[in-house]
Amino acid sequence: MIEREILLEKMKTSPYKPMHGKIVAAEMLTEKEKLFRIELEGKINLAHEPGQFVMISIFGFGEAPISVCSSPSDKGYFEITVRNVGALTDKLHKLGKGDTLGIRGPFGKGFPIDNMFGYDVMIVAGGLGIVPLRSLIRYIMFHRNDFGNVQILLGCKSPKELLFEAETKEWMRRAEIKFNCTVDRGDPDWKGNVGLITTLIPNVDINPMRTYGVVVGPPIMYKFVIVKLLEKKIPDHQIIVSLERKMKCGLGKCGHCQIEGIYVCQSGPVFNYAQLKNFKGECHEKAI
Amino acid sequence: MKYASLNKTHLNNWLEHLKNKAKLYAPRKKENLFVLRPVKEVSDVCLEYIPTILPPKKYYFPQKERLFKFSSQPFKTAKAIDKFDEFILFGVHTCDIAGIQCMDVVFRESPEDPNYLNRKDKMAIIGIECLKYCDKYANCASMGNHIPRGGYDLMIIDIGDKFIIHINSEKGERLIKDVDFIKGSAAEDMVKLDRIREEKKMVFKDEFSAPLSKVYESFDKSFNSDVWKDVGKRCVGCGNCTAVCPTCYCFDVSDEMELNLNDGVRYRIWNSCQMDDFAKVAGGEDFRKGRQSRQRHRYYRKFKYPVDKFNRYFCTGCGRCSRTCMAEISLIDTVNALSSVALE
Repeated sequence: MIEREILLEKMKTSPYKPMHGKIVAAEMLTEKEKLFRIELEGKINLAHEPGQFVMISIFGFGEAPISVCSSPSDKGYFEITVRNVGALTDKLHKLGKGDTLGIRGPFGKGFPIDNMFGYDVMIVAGGLGIVPLRSLIRYIMFHRNDFGNVQILLGCKSPKELLFEAETKEWMRRAEIKFNCTVDRGDPDWKGNVGLITTLIPNVDINPMRTYGVVVGPPIMYKFVIVKLLEKKIPDHQIIVSLERKMKCGLGKCGHCQIEGIYVCQSGPVFNYAQLKNFKGECHEKAI
Repeated sequence: MKYASLNKTHLNNWLEHLKNKAKLYAPRKKENLFVLRPVKEVSDVCLEYIPTILPPKKYYFPQKERLFKFSSQPFKTAKAIDKFDEFILFGVHTCDIAGIQCMDVVFRESPEDPNYLNRKDKMAIIGIECLKYCDKYANCASMGNHIPRGGYDLMIIDIGDKFIIHINSEKGERLIKDVDFIKGSAAEDMVKLDRIREEKKMVFKDEFSAPLSKVYESFDKSFNSDVWKDVGKRCVGCGNCTAVCPTCYCFDVSDEMELNLNDGVRYRIWNSCQMDDFAKVAGGEDFRKGRQSRQRHRYYRKFKYPVDKFNRYFCTGCGRCSRTCMAEISLIDTVNALSSVALE
C-alpha cells in the first residue's frame, strides 16, 4: 500500500497530459518518411535510452507511439522519423519548422546498452527498423570505445526507400564499423547487393558468445533473421528485438499492445529472444 | 469485527439519510432487467436483483472520461475535471465488489491512473450479501465471490426482519454514525448470521466441474485447444462481453474538437479486445487476428495472465458475459470444456 501523501500527490498530476514540443527542423527523407527535429521547452533533454519511444500528439488528431531515432548523446533536441500511414501521421507530415506538438514519454525499455558494454554488436535492420536502431547506432558511434566490433546490416524493399542516406554513406566510409546494405529489388542505378537481408548473415564473421545481435523490422523479417542468428550460435538472451504494437496510453493500461500478460509499452518494446520465444500468442503467429 | 443492525422498516429512512450525504447510486428495475441509477425516490431501490446490465465500473471508470482540456494555438493543456464528487454505491453484490478490487490493483499499479484514484477516493461501497443464486449464468461460488471478501465499506446481510451491517472501514462507520435507528447488533442476530452462512453452503456449489486451481492449470495447457475454434466460430465480435465485464478496462484515447477547431477535450472511451482493429497497427499488421484468438485472449485475461501478475482471478463470477452474449457462448461451458480436455 502506498502512503496516502504520495497517493494524493499522484492524484494531482495526469500522466496523460503531453509536454510542449517545437519542431526546429523537418526534412523529407523519402516519398513517405519525414524526419523531425524537436525541442522541448527550455531545450531540456528528453533523457531517453536508445530504443525507447514517445507518444506524439496533435490535438484534434490524436496520439501515436513513435520511436526516437536520435541518441541521448544528441543534446538539446531529439528526432523522430515518421511514415505517412494514417490520419495523425498525415497531419504530422504537413507540419514543419516552428510548429508545435504534444510529447509524452519517453516510455518503455530501450536496448540493453549497459549489458552490451564491451561486446561486439551486430545490428540487423529491415525497412523502418532502421529508425529506432539509428538511436543505438548514433549512441555506439558516440561511445565507440565502449563496444567491440560493430557491424550493421540494412535491408529494404528498393533503393528509393533507403532512409538516412547521408548517414549510411558515412557509416560505409568509416573504418571502425562494417556496414552492408541490400535491397529486395534493385533499380538501374543500384550497385549494391540485391536479395533478402537473411542472405547477408551467413557471410558475417562473428564470435557468437561475445556478440549481441540486435534486430528490428517487420515480423516477417525478424522471424527469419532470428533463425539465422541462432544458426550463428548467438545465445538467446543476446538476440535483441524491438516490437511494434498499437498503443494508446503508454502506461500499461489501455490493453492494445498486450502480448499474453505483458504490456509492450512498459515491459518492451525491446525484448530478448529468451523472453520472446516463450510467447505463444500475438507475437509472430498467423491467425489460428 | 464490528457489526450493527437495521430494522427493515427503517431501510428507506437510511437511504434518505445517505442520499442527503452524497450522490447515491443503487439498483432499480428497468423493464425485465436491472440497472444502477442515481436514487431519486428511495422506494425505487430494488435490492432483490440479478446483476445490473452494466457493472458499477461505469461510476469509477466512466465509459467516456475526460482526461484534459487542450488548445492547439497557443499550445495549452488544463484539467478537465475540477472536482470529483463524493458518491455512494448502495446494494452492490459481492461479485461486483470483487470487480472493484481487481480494477484497484490495475489502476494503482505504477504508473498510477489519477482519474481512477480520484474517483475511487470519493467512493463509498455498501454491499449486500447474496443468499441465493441470481440465475444459471452465475459462477460466483467457483470464483469464491459468493461471500464477502473485503473491499467494501459496509456490507448488509438480510437476516429476516433485520439487516446486519458489517462495518469494514472508517468511511463506512461515518455512514451509520448519528443514525439513531441503526443499533449495535445483539448476540441473537449473530447466531442468525451464522445459521444463514451455514444454509448458504447448501445453496452455492462449485459451478465449474474442476476446482479453480485445476482450471488455472487447464489454461496453461489449452492455448491451442479446439475449444477456441468452436468459440471463435460462434462469436459475432460484438464486444458485449467486454462492455459488461466488471474487470474489463481496455480503452481508446480520442480527441473531440470544439467548433472553433482550436480547443477541445481529450478523453478515453471503453474499447474492446473483441473489435477486429484492436491490435492492428497503422502499417496494417494485425497482431491478434481472428475472433477465436480474440475470445481466447479475453478468457486468458480472466483466468491466466492476471493470476500470474497480480495473484488474482479477473473473473468475478457475475455471469454477465454469458447472460449478454448474442451467440450464447457460456463461460461456464467454455471453462468446463477446457478443463475436461486438458486434465484428462
